[in-house]
Amino acid sequence: MAEKTLMKGNEALAEGAVRAGCRFFAGYPITPQNEVPEYMSWRLPQEGGFFIQAESEVAAINMIFGAASTGIRVMTSSSSPGISLKQEGISYCAGADLPIFYANVVRGGPGLGNIAPAQSDYFQSTRGGGHGDYRVFVMAPNSATEMANFPKRCYDVAFKYRVPSMILADGLLGQMMEPVEFDFEPIDPGSIPAPDWALGVATGRNKRVVKSYDLRPGRLEDWNIERQKKFEMIEAEECDWDGEGLEDCELLVSSYGSCSRISKSAVKLARDSGLAVGLLRPITLYPFPKKIFRDMARKVKNILVVEMSLGQYVEDVQLSVEGAVPIHFHGRPGGGIPTAEEIFEIVKKIMRK
Amino acid sequence: MYQGIIVAGFGGQGVISMGIMLAYAGMVDNKHVTFFPAYGAEMRGGTANCSVIVSTDEVDSPVVGQPDSLLVMNEPSFAKFEPTIRPGGRLFINTSLVSSKSKRKDIQVIDVPANKVAEEIGTLKIANMVMAGALIKHTGAIARDAIIKSLGIVYSRAKPEMLKMNETAIKRGGEF
Repeated sequence: MAEKTLMKGNEALAEGAVRAGCRFFAGYPITPQNEVPEYMSWRLPQEGGFFIQAESEVAAINMIFGAASTGIRVMTSSSSPGISLKQEGISYCAGADLPIFYANVVRGGPGLGNIAPAQSDYFQSTRGGGHGDYRVFVMAPNSATEMANFPKRCYDVAFKYRVPSMILADGLLGQMMEPVEFDFEPIDPGSIPAPDWALGVATGRNKRVVKSYDLRPGRLEDWNIERQKKFEMIEAEECDWDGEGLEDCELLVSSYGSCSRISKSAVKLARDSGLAVGLLRPITLYPFPKKIFRDMARKVKNILVVEMSLGQYVEDVQLSVEGAVPIHFHGRPGGGIPTAEEIFEIVKKIMRK
Repeated sequence: MYQGIIVAGFGGQGVISMGIMLAYAGMVDNKHVTFFPAYGAEMRGGTANCSVIVSTDEVDSPVVGQPDSLLVMNEPSFAKFEPTIRPGGRLFINTSLVSSKSKRKDIQVIDVPANKVAEEIGTLKIANMVMAGALIKHTGAIARDAIIKSLGIVYSRAKPEMLKMNETAIKRGGEF
């Protein structure tokens, strides 16, 4: 296996995207994701790619729309308020069936909030985010290595189904340094054939159109129904999750992203003191791995959901288990980060009942 | 072996730089490591701190709530972090700048006149490495050779005489 390098999560994310074939990045600075555009600004030219610091987030996402329509691998990144600004353009990309990739390194909200790590953009990410009937393929890494390796998976899904894809991270994952190991060889985008919908020089072929606009009666309804079939396929094919101690646990703890690391420490504390506790962590947030939650709900006595927001992720767990088992909740909003000891105390209280 | 370390001081004292160095050296020493800098508002007031974890097992939570080792480079950091040290943990004080004394009986205190030693070697800039030397001596978390090997990689733009002084600082720190 390749040698490990010590990298910041944000740098790992940027390098991962470049290795996955990204050759166009447009963005606008915001903490805590600034290392992504900074890294891209010198790294992309090395590979013959393009970096643009746009005049605003809105400009950046529309540059992404334009570049993506030529069929190349593109990326933008931002943090919460900046991603909100980009939602109009993301919806346009979804409406035009463009395979874009972006990352949200979440900070405390709502509004301008603060720059501390948070998970409060869960609803926005997993429900589409902009206007209209669409979803975005959402991956939630929990380490610098996953920050490095997930961009490739996002591109794979985005191009397979022609949908937007994203990584939902946070300030903790972005700023943290860890040894990074890539699980794939760098991809030469020149070796990937251009998609049959991509815009370019049209000599010798029929006209191609990339747009999200159609006023003909009934046409948009048909488009949406066709697009919905893709999301049904994504839900059937692309779910991913990770678990620990699932065979014998009575209490199931569930968190995603950076918070799942903290919960994992808490689960270890609990198991070391003889408590039957397991951890279930979704890796894809959309599609949500409903089936494993449904299966676990039949086995365990309680579920504890821990997230760095006030009750967003927990709703998907509730929707999955459909009331089959009591769900307890612990949320820390506005940049608050739980500790393993704090979660362990809650675990003990639930187990004593 | 598991060491949760917090390094705290003024911006410019090499707090973040030392944290990265410890994480890198830990990786070179085949340990599992994480490094997390305080990048928020607290950093903009002129103080800096970071958390480093060095462990023989995989590191789950990268958050250090109760440090096993606290390295205090200035007075405000003492007040902020001294109460958080895990019982049985270690407090490394840069006594050149910190006059506060710990009243806790459940921790080990290691006095290191880091600025004074650094100036004796030749530059104040390496006070952080004097502290790092004391840390690895007392905890055994990272082999000294691994740090010395890492110096030239992490500080790739440093001149050879500067690297030599860093090495001396790590060795002198181990005498406290």
